[in-house]
Amino acid sequence: MSFISVFDVLGPNMIGPSSSHTAGACAIAYLAQKMKSGVLQEVEFTLYGSFAKTCRGHGTDRALLGGIMGFATDDVRIRDSFEIAEERGITFRFIPDEKETDIHPNTVDIRMVNDSGAVMTVRGESLGGGKVKIVRINQVQVDFTGEYNAVIIIQKDRPGVAAHITRILSDRNVNIAFMRLFRESRGEKAYTIVESDNRLPEDITEKLLENPNVQDVMLIQP
Amino acid sequence: MMETIDFKNAAELLELCSRHQWMISDVMKQRECDLSEVPMDQICHQMKHVLDIMKQSAAAPLKTPVKSMGGLIGGEARKLELHRNRGKSICGSVLGRGIACAMAVLEVNASMGVIVAAPTAGSAGIVPGLLLALQQEYHISDDRMVDALFNAGAVGYLAMRNATVAGAVGGCQAETGVAAAMAASAAVELMGGEPCQSLSAASTVLMNMLGLVCDPVGGLVEYPCQNRNASGVANALIAAEIALSGIRQLIPFDEMLDTMYQVGKRIPYELRETALGGCAASPSGCRFCR
Repeated sequence: MSFISVFDVLGPNMIGPSSSHTAGACAIAYLAQKMKSGVLQEVEFTLYGSFAKTCRGHGTDRALLGGIMGFATDDVRIRDSFEIAEERGITFRFIPDEKETDIHPNTVDIRMVNDSGAVMTVRGESLGGGKVKIVRINQVQVDFTGEYNAVIIIQKDRPGVAAHITRILSDRNVNIAFMRLFRESRGEKAYTIVESDNRLPEDITEKLLENPNVQDVMLIQP
Repeated sequence: MMETIDFKNAAELLELCSRHQWMISDVMKQRECDLSEVPMDQICHQMKHVLDIMKQSAAAPLKTPVKSMGGLIGGEARKLELHRNRGKSICGSVLGRGIACAMAVLEVNASMGVIVAAPTAGSAGIVPGLLLALQQEYHISDDRMVDALFNAGAVGYLAMRNATVAGAVGGCQAETGVAAAMAASAAVELMGGEPCQSLSAASTVLMNMLGLVCDPVGGLVEYPCQNRNASGVANALIAAEIALSGIRQLIPFDEMLDTMYQVGKRIPYELRETALGGCAASPSGCRFCR
């Protein structure tokens, strides 16, 4: 959303007590689980700043765990997320880090391990009022809010990949609102984040993977 | 091509009201339609859902008290309800109901129940508190309640756009102050007042709550937040009554909003949601210091 909606004022509909420490925490973890592949087995949350200080009293821990299981910010199951995660056989850990100070006050690092042992890490910031931002994926700095329909492409940093992506999207008549590229270092892994106002067709994933330099595609729609 | 309805300040909002012969809620509904490109019936349906959550969160603790996560509050709404039902309320019916509902919402919020941030979680009791009390007292339909919420949304939008609604930036006046301004404006429209009277009531609230600091005990959204939601309802009710009687305000809403913002920025860091000053730093409050 590029404008302040009446539902940003009277909203979000959420589990209390804090839009930044509860709803925002849930929203970050919710976005993170949309990015992973396979079934989640293990998750580790490292909390920084105010998140680390007031985690339990704000239910930040339960909200994070609920979000990682795909619960929305107004899902009452968040209250019982510890018990539900145990039932689902998900191992979870919370590590408060109050030493790191050069960081946004409401930051969390989420480390996810899936059923085939693949590891993915995501860093998110809770900006207030339930708004969030993903700022790091697997050590690469990114900038992603989840407010638009988005596709995240993990690719090798090689010529022609961006052209491939835009061609696939233009073939499907997708109007790109934002498109940004991020990379680890020259010639290594890179990330492309494309955001659109309209819903993206599900089959673009397959099409995008046709290029051998495209390693993974994550479709994240609100 | 049709005109896109939007406004940047209260002056423009009033101009749209007078040009189209609309209430504030009409402008806000049309703005939402135009900017989100979602049809009107769907937007109203979504607001009805907001109203439903508000009703549930304002009602449940009146019967069943719940203890908060931090353990500082729980059971206050039920006490107020019993007190009122025994005929002992000295606030009268609307205010008595209003403060019980407002404190109920904060109880639900602090115990990880479902609420609507209005505009924030810590100030979520004020808009439903006052509006639901008026609905019960005057048997107002849900459709008119939905309109009133759009009116409240217009005032909150202006605060988010032109000032702040974050306690960490502008203190409690930016949270419960704005929430009460929203409630007052909506109450005026609900009770038959004109758009200019709505914004006059919102202006009065910001004036009367100017400078209020954000000092949550233990850093939790519990205490004094819950009390301040009750006082927000009272402030909103008073301001709505003043406006409905025809009293005009010297300072228009746009100026009052900017004044609130300027004052907010000058509130010391210790009194902006850091739990380092105010109630949080009192000897009794500091038993919950970390």
